[in-house]
Amino acid sequence: MPMKSYREAINEALVQEMERDERVILMGEDISGGTGGNGDQDAWGGPLGVTKGLRPKFGPDRVLDTHLAEISFVGAAAGAAATGLRPVVELMFVDFMGVCFDQIFNQAAKFRYMFGGKAVTPMVVRMMYGAGFRAASQHSQCLYPMFTHIPGLKVALPSNAYEAKGLLTQAIRDDDPVMFFEHKMLYDETAEVPDEPYAIPFGEANVTREGDDVTVVAFGRMVNIAGQAADSLAKAGITCTVVDPRTTSPLDTETILETVEETGRLVVVDEAHPRCSMASDIAGLVAENAFGALKAPIRLVTAPHAPVPFSPALEDAYIPSVGKIEDAVRDAMGHGSREAAE
Amino acid sequence: MSGIEAITMPKWGLAMLEGTVTGWDVAEGDEVSAGQEIMEIETSKIANVYESPVSGVINRIVATEGETLPVGALLAVVAGAGTESSAVDAYIADFQENFVPPEPDGDDGPAAQTIEVPGFTIRRLAMGPGTGTPIVLIHGFGADLESWAFNQADLAAERPVHAIDLPGHGGSGKDVGDGSVSALSAAVVAYMRHEGLPDAHLVGHSLGGAVAVEVARGEPDLVSALTLVAPAGFGPDIAGDFIDGFISQSRARRLRGVLEMLVSDPGLVTTDMVEGVLRFKRLDGALDALKAVAAANFEGNAQRNDLRDHLSGLSQPVRVVWGSEDRVLSASHADGMEGARITLLEGAGHIVHMERAAEVNRTILG
Repeated sequence: MPMKSYREAINEALVQEMERDERVILMGEDISGGTGGNGDQDAWGGPLGVTKGLRPKFGPDRVLDTHLAEISFVGAAAGAAATGLRPVVELMFVDFMGVCFDQIFNQAAKFRYMFGGKAVTPMVVRMMYGAGFRAASQHSQCLYPMFTHIPGLKVALPSNAYEAKGLLTQAIRDDDPVMFFEHKMLYDETAEVPDEPYAIPFGEANVTREGDDVTVVAFGRMVNIAGQAADSLAKAGITCTVVDPRTTSPLDTETILETVEETGRLVVVDEAHPRCSMASDIAGLVAENAFGALKAPIRLVTAPHAPVPFSPALEDAYIPSVGKIEDAVRDAMGHGSREAAE
Repeated sequence: MSGIEAITMPKWGLAMLEGTVTGWDVAEGDEVSAGQEIMEIETSKIANVYESPVSGVINRIVATEGETLPVGALLAVVAGAGTESSAVDAYIADFQENFVPPEPDGDDGPAAQTIEVPGFTIRRLAMGPGTGTPIVLIHGFGADLESWAFNQADLAAERPVHAIDLPGHGGSGKDVGDGSVSALSAAVVAYMRHEGLPDAHLVGHSLGGAVAVEVARGEPDLVSALTLVAPAGFGPDIAGDFIDGFISQSRARRLRGVLEMLVSDPGLVTTDMVEGVLRFKRLDGALDALKAVAAANFEGNAQRNDLRDHLSGLSQPVRVVWGSEDRVLSASHADGMEGARITLLEGAGHIVHMERAAEVNRTILG
C-alpha cells in the first residue's frame, strides 16, 4: 500500500472527485496562485501547497483563485451549491471564519430547513486549524466546537492521511455543508492510503486502540497524541480504548457510550478551549447517559481558556501533550473502583 | 563460523514489518529438525506457529517472549554440538551489528502488481522459480490475495505460485458481472491463459474453492490438480449471518464479531485484520461487488451452487482440507465429496489455511 502524506491525500481526493463529477469546483484565495499576474502561474497551490497542480489540470473554470474577501466567495460557494454545483471552498485558516460566518451559519446551514427540505447545499469548507505552527493567536485556533453547535452543518476532523482522503471524499459527495478541518501539523505526516477512491461514512467513530481500563475520546490531531499516551500506558499495565469520532457532527454517541460502559472511565482530549468544547460536550453526554457505568470522575485534557501564545515555549505548554494525557488517565485510575470505595 | 545458523523473524505477507514472539515451544539445548514447530509469532494480521527453517541444536534463544521485532531480526541461533560459546557470542554480535530492519517503503521482495488481462483488471502476486508445476491460489468471499500470506512463500520454494484477487475483491477491478462462480472463474481462466499457466494446481478457499472446481470443469487443460480448502458448493447450507454481517457491518467493533466466525479461537482476529476488511469495503464499488457476489451464490443460510456432480466428473486429483470447527461452511460437507482425499484438521475454523498454515501447506504439496 502506498504511503502518502496528509497533504497528498487531500490533493488526491480533490483530483479524484473532480474527475468523477464535473460539478465539483474549487474556490479560494491563492489556491492556485499567480492567477492574473504576469509571473508564475499555479505559483502557490494554497498556503501549504495542498491544491498545487489542480488549476493546470482542471482549468480556470473549475479552480477559481478568488479575491481577498471571504464574505463574498464563501457566500458565492453557498449559492453555487444551492444551484447545482458542488463547491469546495478553502478558507485558509479557520480563524478567518469571523468575516464569513453569516454565509455559513445563517445561509448554507439553513437552506435545507428553510426551503422545506427541497434545497440541498453540497458545499465543503476546507480550513486549517490548530496550534504548534508558531503562527500565534489569530492563525492557530480550533473553533470546531462553534460549527458543531449549529444544526445543518457537518464537521469532519481527519486524524491522519487515510482518514483525510476518505472523509474529504465523503464530504464532497455529501449533500449538506461540511466544515472540513485540516490540522497544520499533520500535512507532512504519512500513512497508507489506497490509490482508489474511497469514502469513510460520517458519524462512525474509529476505535484505534482497544483496552480495558479507560476510554480516551480524542479529536483530530489529538487522536495521534492520545494513541502515543495509550501505548506508553500499556507498558505500565494500563490499557486504553482510544476513540476517534471522526466527525463531531454527526457524532457517534453509540460507540462512545458503549466503550465507556466497558471501561468505566473517561478521559476526553480536545485541543480547543475548555468551555463549550467537544471535551465538555462528551463529558456531558457520558454523565447524562452512562453515569452508572462510571467508576471515577471524568477527566478533560484541553488547551487553557486563553489565546494561543506566540512564545514557542508557551505554545508547546499550551497544547495537550502525551504527558498530560497520561497524567489524566492515571488520575482516573487512581480513583479506583466504586466497589473499593464502598 | 561453520555450523552456526540463524533463525530469524519470518515475513508472512506483504504488509508484515514486525512480529511479536508470543511463546517458545523449545528451550536452549533442545534438538530441533527443520519443519518442527518451535514458537508462536503474532503479526498484525493473525497469530501463527513458526516452524524451524533449519535442523540442529538450539544453542541460544535471543528473542524473549513478548518481544516485538522487525522481520529478519535474530530470534535464536542453532549450532552443531560442541560449538564454542564464544563463537556463538561473536556470531550474534556480528549479526546484530549488521542487521538492518526493513523500511516500510523499502523494496523487500516480490510485490503485488495490477495487470490487464483480456476482459479483466487483476491484482496478483507471483513468487517462486520459473519452473515446476505452477500453483494458483484463489481466495474466498470478501478476502484477497493477502489471505495466503502464510502459505505462498512456503509453497513457492520450488515452483511458481500465483495468488490473485478475484473480480470485486482486493485490488482487482470491481466489475463482477453477475457475480456467479462462472463469472468469477472466467477471470481466473483469462489470467491463467494470459500468464501461460497450463496444467496448474489450483488451490481455492471457500468460494474460491467453488471457482477452482468451475475452472477445472470448464477448462480441464489448465488444471492438473485441485486443493479445495473449506470449499463452497458442496453442501446445502452456509452461515448467512457471516455473509450478511460481513457486508452490512461498517463499525470495527461490530465487524469483529462477524470475522470471529472465521476462526476457532477469536483471539486470532486482530484489530488490523478488521481494519483491513473495513478499508476494502470503503473502496468505490467494493460493497456493490460483494452484494452481487453474495446474491448470486448464497440466499440466507442456503448455498445456490451444488458442485458435487461436477467433482465426480473431474479427472484431476482432488484434495480437500477442512477445519473441524468451521462455523461458516460445515466440515460435514466433505462427506459427500466422492473420490477426494480429505484432510480434517481438528480444532481449526474456516480460515484453516491461516490458522494452521504449515499443515495446510503440507497437504497442498503432499
